[in-house]
Amino acid sequence: MLITCPYCGPRDVSEFTYQGDGNRTRPDPDSTDLGAWNRYVYDRVNIAGEHNEIWQHSGGCRMHIAITRSTTTHKISSVRAMRDAGPGAGQ
Amino acid sequence: MVEQLSPLGAAYRPGRHGRVNDTVGATLSERQPGSIVQLAAWSGQEDAMRALIKDISGLELPATSGGGTAEPAKAAFGIAPGKVLLIDDTDGIFADYSAALPENIGVVTDLSHGRSAIRIVGPSAEWVLSKLFAIDFTSGAFPVGAGRSTTHHDIFTQMQRSGEDQFDLYVFRSFARSFWQTLCHAAGEVGYEVI
Repeated sequence: MLITCPYCGPRDVSEFTYQGDGNRTRPDPDSTDLGAWNRYVYDRVNIAGEHNEIWQHSGGCRMHIAITRSTTTHKISSVRAMRDAGPGAGQ
Repeated sequence: MVEQLSPLGAAYRPGRHGRVNDTVGATLSERQPGSIVQLAAWSGQEDAMRALIKDISGLELPATSGGGTAEPAKAAFGIAPGKVLLIDDTDGIFADYSAALPENIGVVTDLSHGRSAIRIVGPSAEWVLSKLFAIDFTSGAFPVGAGRSTTHHDIFTQMQRSGEDQFDLYVFRSFARSFWQTLCHAAGEVGYEVI
């Protein structure tokens, strides 16, 4: 699988590290809502299809990137730098 | 200047290796630049950082991913968004940048003793490196002066094409001997000389 890093261009997946599900949103750090924290830590949508993910180009420029990848075909339809992905994306 | 001790140790064996009676496919050497520094610009300050590098080192860097320039005694190239690796044969470049770099533009980190600089040059340099790194080494995709950040079996490597058939590789010093041995094995097929 190739991932096209916004800085480095297409690179082998072995240069990247999966950083988790990009669909979840971290609750307010001051929140004591145990249900919200439980959902953030444990609940996953487990989609068969287009999935929002966070990866890091750890064996390259070390940029964190937001990826949309099909879990059934591995086709990647979108790659963005996390800094451009907007507030709240995959935190 | 304190004399540098090579981390390559006994693995550094000058002379011909591989196809010793044939032509030399690649020449390997360890460079020992006086300074290796990393310059990191805050977001939006990349142009100001490039201007500062031009003022201090006289190196003009293109504003492209991995963009760089290489001169015989100094070089610089992009390694990440807003980040540049700068190498200079002169000692003490870190102090020059520390004094001149405003804190609102970015930061400088001294890596002079944290990286080893290995040079491979020759008609088979691209071929040998292609065995180790899954990136495109053709001159169209990887032009002279440009840099790449990549990895070989978890040995993180920053490299610059410093000539048509010449590459300078910067690896963590503690991994340098292992990487050097791997590089020598990869070059054996084409015949190599260590100088």
